[in-house]
Amino acid sequence: MIRKECIAMLLAGGQGSRLGVITKKLAKPAVPFGGKYRIIDFTLSNCSHSGIDTVGVMTQYKPLVLNSYIGVGSHWDLNRKNGGVTVLPPYVRESGGEWYKGTANAVFQNIEFIEQYNPENVLIVSGDHIYKMDYSRMLDFHKERDADLTIAVIEVLWNEAYRFGIMNTNSEGRIEEFDEKPENPKNNLASMGVYIFKWQALKEQLLKDEHEAYSQHDFGINIIPAMLYEKKELWAYPFEGYWKDVGTVDSLWRANMDLLEETPKLDLYDDGWRIYSVNPTKPPQYIAATAVVKNALIDEGCQVYGEIERTVLFPGVIVEKNARILDSVIHANAQIGQNVSIQKSIIGEETIIEDGCKIGESGEDKKVTVITGSVMVPSGTVIESGTVLSFENCHKFSCIALDK
Amino acid sequence: MKDVMAIINDTAHKQSLKELTFHRSLSAMPTAGRYRIVDFALSNMANSKIRNIGILTQSKNRSLIDHVRAGEEWDLISKRAGLFILPPMRMSDNFLSEEGDIYTYYEHLDYIKRSRQKQVIIYANDIVCNINLSEFVDFHKNSGADITVLYTLRDKKYREKHTLIETDDKEQVIDMAINTENAFSNKEALGIYIMDKKILIEIIENCHARGLGSLEMDGFVKNINKYKIMGFKWLGYYMRINSIRNFFNHNMDLLNPDIWKELFFKSGLIYTKVRNEPPAKYTNNSKVSNSLIANGCVIEGTVENSVLFRGVKICKGATVRNSIIMQMGIIGERASLRYAILDKQAIVFAGKQLRGDKHYPVIVEKKARI
Repeated sequence: MIRKECIAMLLAGGQGSRLGVITKKLAKPAVPFGGKYRIIDFTLSNCSHSGIDTVGVMTQYKPLVLNSYIGVGSHWDLNRKNGGVTVLPPYVRESGGEWYKGTANAVFQNIEFIEQYNPENVLIVSGDHIYKMDYSRMLDFHKERDADLTIAVIEVLWNEAYRFGIMNTNSEGRIEEFDEKPENPKNNLASMGVYIFKWQALKEQLLKDEHEAYSQHDFGINIIPAMLYEKKELWAYPFEGYWKDVGTVDSLWRANMDLLEETPKLDLYDDGWRIYSVNPTKPPQYIAATAVVKNALIDEGCQVYGEIERTVLFPGVIVEKNARILDSVIHANAQIGQNVSIQKSIIGEETIIEDGCKIGESGEDKKVTVITGSVMVPSGTVIESGTVLSFENCHKFSCIALDK
Repeated sequence: MKDVMAIINDTAHKQSLKELTFHRSLSAMPTAGRYRIVDFALSNMANSKIRNIGILTQSKNRSLIDHVRAGEEWDLISKRAGLFILPPMRMSDNFLSEEGDIYTYYEHLDYIKRSRQKQVIIYANDIVCNINLSEFVDFHKNSGADITVLYTLRDKKYREKHTLIETDDKEQVIDMAINTENAFSNKEALGIYIMDKKILIEIIENCHARGLGSLEMDGFVKNINKYKIMGFKWLGYYMRINSIRNFFNHNMDLLNPDIWKELFFKSGLIYTKVRNEPPAKYTNNSKVSNSLIANGCVIEGTVENSVLFRGVKICKGATVRNSIIMQMGIIGERASLRYAILDKQAIVFAGKQLRGDKHYPVIVEKKARI
């Protein structure tokens, strides 16, 4: 087989437990975002546009939605005879099988997959982040410096640096020190969780790390410090632009709201770097004569008869007359009845809100209200701001869980 | 349905669509906000599990071929069947339209003979509807007809040219006239036929051998006593795109939610080439009412009673009323449109005004700059 210059290994096994009920039934990379996407679309589209045609997607937690979503990768132009997308769940060997114990162990368990392509370099990315990035430029940078490992970094606010893995570099950008979530950061260059390794250098580390008894088998905690200790060539590749890890309900809501700014930092309309996703096959949206639509993102198949402001509607949402939706994100095929008020909320797929309900409240100090998918909220129900209503607890609010 | 194949006849040319068909065949004509006419034919067939589809094209077929490609969107990628593009073997379409479509069928007789299916559906290139073709096929099989023609009922007051049929009380066709203005019947044939493959082959060979050029005129109308031709009544919503006025009015029909639902959902979904457009964006200044908006649009101005195709930009202060703007159109700041049809990638610069009439919309050709 032809030697591949660089293949990608995409970590998509994360539960994203801080997203709570939103990731109850799906892995974090499958979380809907921006009116038509799932978070993993950004990484897969980046790979596709960067000329990386071989992507191993390592899944583990609740993989059903993700697996069927990815399919053979044709939606991202990644269906290839040699390479393409391969979904890689943990599997059983002669000696028995085990779950992916950490990010590095997930790659370790797929050494055979990687070796099939005999790559010079391996790009490790995560399916949890929202950003547009040309990995081919990072690969050029990596090759120019003959690096063993290049880590993409982004400048973060100094007062937030403590939440990230911080790279301390020399003036040329060579990494001298790595601080995972430092109390007193010396620098504000945060790791984006995007790594390019020389495959031989990575393989050597993975084999060693696997036998370390106390290792957590994690890139940030184990592999990078080990390589620094061995004085390998580690370089920081500076990235400028929008990059977001939507780890919590609040940040997921905010990232959606970011798209409604007049000129959002994340440009979805750039024809040269389209974000690909699976198309829902819906007709154009219908905005009725009774509708008022301001500052909104609306996807195909929606029917709007009511009032919408600072809101994102996913495909197939119906908003009836005199309903008023403010500062909210409504997922696919939800039905919003007449005279309903929804403020600062995330409403899940296929949810039915009957006439006259009042859900959530807007305001900086108010918490995001969440109603997960496939729930029926009966006529006239009031759901207070900050409530998290799910399949499991919905009976407490006299709501009904709908069978899918 | 594995015994049924279909042929979409895209050789017919409609002069009456003027600039809109200068660059493309009728099948490739954009309609309904994000589709081409052929999407409806292909989706109806795919939804009815027809797996072998040929498209007879005219020489202006680049737009069509670019749109349908290998038929992936309609799940027509298949080892043994799938989508077949049947191009004209002669140079000039004028020549073709004078001589009729029989020659094109004859040139592709090999494809028809080689196909394993027993029945063939012939489908016109100007019809937009959402129909379950299996009912039509079942009717044909059970009626013992040689040929079945699909028809609908319509008001006799329409004076446009139609293909009309008259049937007896057993639904057998006793009279048929192509493109007639003489409203002798209220049964309008929609250009959708089904017949046994061997009958189609017989008609094509007979017509060709006698120098007869038109499948409908020479093959069906003149053989009304030779073959048993039955009518199948279907009363769904349809668009017949054969004039600018029809194109305009039918697109405006979609602002009626009942028609919107019927055309896009009734018997199955309508598939089209995916462009990966982001959701439509509305800003603080946008005022939109009673309009159909496709993905990728950015609306900063006013839009009323209009249809916007994918990727249209309406700048601040612009007003668009009762208009159709196809893919990638840009309406500059404070520009104003009324009763206009803009073909793809047209740009109306800031402050410009364009006014058509309800009965005579202005047409702006592809890539025009105003």
